Amino acid sequence: MLSELPLLSLVIWFPILGGIAVLFIGDDNAARAKMLALTVSIVTFLLSIPLYTVFDGATAAMQFQEFMSWIPAFNANYHLGVDGFSMPLILLTAFMTVLVVIAGWEVIQYRIAQYMAAFLIMEGLMIGVFAALDALLFYVFFEAMLIPMFLIIGIWGGPRRVYATVKFFLYTFFGSVFMLIALIYMYNQANSFEILDFHKLPLTMTEQVLIFFAFLLGFSVKVPMWPVHTWLPDAHVEAPTGGSVILAAITLKIGGYGFLRFALPITPDASAMLDWLIITLSLVAVIYIGLVALIQQDMKKLIAYSSIAHMGFVTLGFFIVFGLHRHTGSLSGAAMAIEGGMVQMISHGFISGALFLCVGVLYDRMHSRQIKDYGGVANTMPVFAAFMVLFGMANAGLPGTSGFVGEFMVILSSFKASFWIAFLASFTLILGAAYTLWLIKRVIFGEIGNHHVAELQDINSRETIMLSLLVAAVLLLGLWPDPLTSVMHSTVNNLLQHITATKLL
Amino acid sequence: MNFVAPDFLPLLPELFVLTMACAILVIDVFLDEEKRHISYGLSQLTVLGAAALIALTYANAPAVTMFGHYIKDAMGDLLKFFICLAAAAVFLYSRDYLRQRDLFKGEYYVLGLFGVLGMMIMVSAHSLLSVYLGLELLSLSLYALVAFDRDSPVASEAAMKFFVLGSLASGMLLYGISMIYGATGSVDLQVISDAVAKQGSNNLVLVFGLVFLVVGLAFKLGAVPFHMWLPDVYQGAPTSVTLYIGSAPKLAAFALVMRVLVDGLGALQGDWQQMLVILSVLSMAVGNLIAIAQTNIKRMLAYSTISHVGFLLLGILSGTPEGYAAAMFYAIIYVLMATGAFGVVILLSRAGFEAENISDFSGLNDRNPWLAFLMMIIMMSMAGIPFMAGFYAKWVVLQSVVEIGLVWLALVGVIFSVIGAFYYLRVVKCIYFDKSEQSEVIDMSRDVQIAISANGLLLIVLGLYPAGLMAWCASALLS
Repeated sequence: MLSELPLLSLVIWFPILGGIAVLFIGDDNAARAKMLALTVSIVTFLLSIPLYTVFDGATAAMQFQEFMSWIPAFNANYHLGVDGFSMPLILLTAFMTVLVVIAGWEVIQYRIAQYMAAFLIMEGLMIGVFAALDALLFYVFFEAMLIPMFLIIGIWGGPRRVYATVKFFLYTFFGSVFMLIALIYMYNQANSFEILDFHKLPLTMTEQVLIFFAFLLGFSVKVPMWPVHTWLPDAHVEAPTGGSVILAAITLKIGGYGFLRFALPITPDASAMLDWLIITLSLVAVIYIGLVALIQQDMKKLIAYSSIAHMGFVTLGFFIVFGLHRHTGSLSGAAMAIEGGMVQMISHGFISGALFLCVGVLYDRMHSRQIKDYGGVANTMPVFAAFMVLFGMANAGLPGTSGFVGEFMVILSSFKASFWIAFLASFTLILGAAYTLWLIKRVIFGEIGNHHVAELQDINSRETIMLSLLVAAVLLLGLWPDPLTSVMHSTVNNLLQHITATKLL
Repeated sequence: MNFVAPDFLPLLPELFVLTMACAILVIDVFLDEEKRHISYGLSQLTVLGAAALIALTYANAPAVTMFGHYIKDAMGDLLKFFICLAAAAVFLYSRDYLRQRDLFKGEYYVLGLFGVLGMMIMVSAHSLLSVYLGLELLSLSLYALVAFDRDSPVASEAAMKFFVLGSLASGMLLYGISMIYGATGSVDLQVISDAVAKQGSNNLVLVFGLVFLVVGLAFKLGAVPFHMWLPDVYQGAPTSVTLYIGSAPKLAAFALVMRVLVDGLGALQGDWQQMLVILSVLSMAVGNLIAIAQTNIKRMLAYSTISHVGFLLLGILSGTPEGYAAAMFYAIIYVLMATGAFGVVILLSRAGFEAENISDFSGLNDRNPWLAFLMMIIMMSMAGIPFMAGFYAKWVVLQSVVEIGLVWLALVGVIFSVIGAFYYLRVVKCIYFDKSEQSEVIDMSRDVQIAISANGLLLIVLGLYPAGLMAWCASALLS
C-alpha cells in the first residue's frame, strides 16, 4: 500500500505547503506557528521512513518513481525517483529539519513564523533536489534552494550577514549557471532532460571535459572544495544556528550528490582523465584546510573549516576509484571508496549538525562564539559537556562513532590506489584530532574561564532531546553501519560498472 | 476606378479602441473633477473590452486586409491580448497615484488609449507604412505622457530628450524604409519578403536599408548603444507613465522586430543576425553592469530593462521558430515582471512622497509582509531564479541559442545574468534585512491589492507550470 502513495511528492510538497501555511499564520501567532512547523517537520520525517523500509536494496533501478509530463515542448518531465544514493540523503534532510525546528524554538525571537516557514520550504526543495530524475527539475530545485537560505542568513544572521549571504548566493549561482548550459547542450544531443538518458549519452572527449568542468564549477562551490570554499566560513559564522546546521548537514551534501548523479556517470572518461585534479583539490582540503581550522579563534569558523576538510574525504572517495581501477585492474575495492564517501556524507551531516547545535547552545547563553570567552564549561554544564565531547570525538574520527567509518573506508581503498594518497589523506586523523580536541580542551575543560561561564545554566530538556537524537544517530552509524551501506551496494556497483565503461564513440 | 471597401471585421478591436478613445475625449470635457472616475472606468472598459474582443475573434488562420497593410494572425492576437491586459493593470495601479498628485485627468487615459491603439497597429502591421504609423502613434502619445506633469522640470527635460532622440530614430527607420522600398518596389511585407528572397544580400541598397531599420528598431527597443534615452525617461517621467512605458510597449517592440526583420526581411537573416548578436551582448553587458551602480529604483529598472532586451534579442537572433517563440515568451513574462515591479514602486509612493530610491524599500517586510513577498518574487524572477517564471524565460532563449551552436553567446548571457543577480538581490536585501525609516502603513484599495497579488503570484504559477504559455506562444507563431 505504501508504495502506491506518491511518497516522494508528498515529502517534497507537504513541507512546502506546510511552510506556506505557517507563513499565513503569521508572526503574531508565534506559538501556533511553531507548533504547526514542528508537526509538519515530524510528519514529513515519518512520511520519509517508508522510503527506507520499503526500499529494495537488491536493485540499482530507481524506486518510488513518479512521472508526469511537465513541459512537453522540451520533453522535460516531473520525474522523481530514488536509488541508494538519494534515499539516505532524503532521510537525513527530513531528520535534520526536525532538529532545526526544535533548535529554533525559544531562540528565535524575531519573525518566528517566517523563520520556520523558510526552513520547511527549504526542506521540500532539498528533498526535491535529491529526488529529481529530470535534469531541468533538478536544476530548478537546486537553484530555488538559494532563496530561503539567502533569507535565513540575511534576516536572522549575525552582524556581517548581508555580506555573507550575498556572497553565498552569488558564489553558488555563478557555479550553477554553467551547469545549466551543459544541461541544455546535452538536451540538444539527447532530446531529453532525463538524467538517466544523459548517463547513456555518448560524448566525445572534448565535450566531456567541458561538461565535466561545468559540473565541477557547479558542485565544487556547493561541496565546497578548495579554492572555492571561501563563502562557507562567512556563511556559517553569520548564519543563525539552524541555518548553519542545514548548510553543513544538507546543502554541502548536494554538491557530493551532484558528483555521483551527474559528473561521474555523465562524463566518466573526463572524470577518469581528470581524477588527479579532484584528488589534489581534495587532499589540499584535507591538509591545508585542516591546518587553517587549527588556528581559528571562532568556534563556528573552526567547525566550518573542519567541514570543508571532511568533505574533502567525500570527493576523494568518489574519485579515487579511477586510480584504484587503473592500479589493480579490478573493481573489488572501488565499491568501498564510494560507499565510504557516502557514509562520510551522512555521518558528517549528523556530526557537523550536532557541533553547530552545540555552539548554538553556548551562543544562546553567552552571545559569543570566540573560543577565548569560554573555558571550563564542563564545571557548570556537565551534561552538555558530555554531549559536546562525544561529538568532538566523532568529528576527530574516533572508532565507534560514525566519523570513523567513512574515513576508514576511504583511506583503506586509497591504499589500494596509491600509498602516497592514502598517506596524505591519513593526516586528517592527526589534524582532525588536533583541532577538535584542542577546541574541546579550550572550551569545555580547564578552570572556569570567567564569571559568565560560572553563571551558565546546563541544557534544558528541549536541548537534551535534540542532542540525544543525534548521539543515537552518530553511535548507531558508527557501531553498525550496515543498514546504511546495505541499501547502497547495488547502486554503487551499478555506478562502478557504468563509469569504468567508456562513453566515447 | 471603383472603390472596394476592405474587410473591416478583423480590425474590430482596433476600431473599438479608437471609437472609445474619441468618445472618452469628448465625455471627459463634460465631467466635473469629482466625476473623473467615469473616464477611468470607461478606459478600463475599453482595454478589457478590447481584450475580450481579441479573445473572442482569436485568429487561427492569418487574414490580410486593408489592401495588404494589416494582418490578423495568432501572434498578433496573442500579443494584443496581453497588451490590453497590461494596459488595464497600468491604469489600475496608477489610479491612486495620479489622484494624489492632481494628475487624475482624462488626458492620461485618452493618451494611454491612443498609445494602446498605436501598439495594436504595430503588432498587426503588414506593411512598412502601417508599422511606421503605429509606431508614431505610440511614440507621440508617449512623448506627451512623459511631459504630463507639466510643472515638473525633470519630466519636461525627459520628454524633450525622448522626443528629440525618438524623432531621430524614427527618421532612421523611415530612411531605412525608403531604401527597402527603393530596392523592392513595395512596402508590403509579403512583397518585400518575396523580392528579398530573390535578390539576396548582394543588393547593397537592401543591406543599407536593413542597417538603418535595425538602428531604428534597436532605438525603440532600447538596445545598447541606442539606449541613452531609456534611463532618463524612466527616471524623469511620473512613475505612472514609467509604468506604462515599461510594460506593454515592450510587447509591441517585439512584434515590430518580428514583423520587419522576420516577416519582411527573413531572407537576410544571416545579415541581421550578426547585428543582433552585437546589440544583444552589449545590452546584456551595459545594462547589467551599470544597473549595479544605480541608487534610484526607476533608473535601476531602466538598466534592467536594457539587459532584458539583450536576452530577448537572443531568442530572435537564433532565427528559428523555437527561438521566436522563446523570445515571445520572454517578452510576455518580462511585461508581467515589469508591470509588477513598477506597480510596487507606485504603491509605495504616497501623496508628497515619491518612492524613488532603492533605500525606500528598506524594511518593507516590517511594514507590509505581503507586498514585500511579492516584490521579492518579482526581483527573483527578474534575476532568473527558478520557480519564478523569469527563469524559464531565460532558459528558453538560452536553449534557442545553444541549439544553433552559439554556446559562447549563452555563456555570455549567463555570466551577465549572475552579475545582474547582484542588484536584484540588493533590493531584496533592503526589503528584508534593513530596518525601515518610515512606519506608515501602505494603504491599497481592494482591487489594487488583488491585482498586484495576482500579478506576483502569476509569476510563481507560471514558474510551476510554464508549459501552457510556452505552448501557446509556439502555436501562435506556427499558425
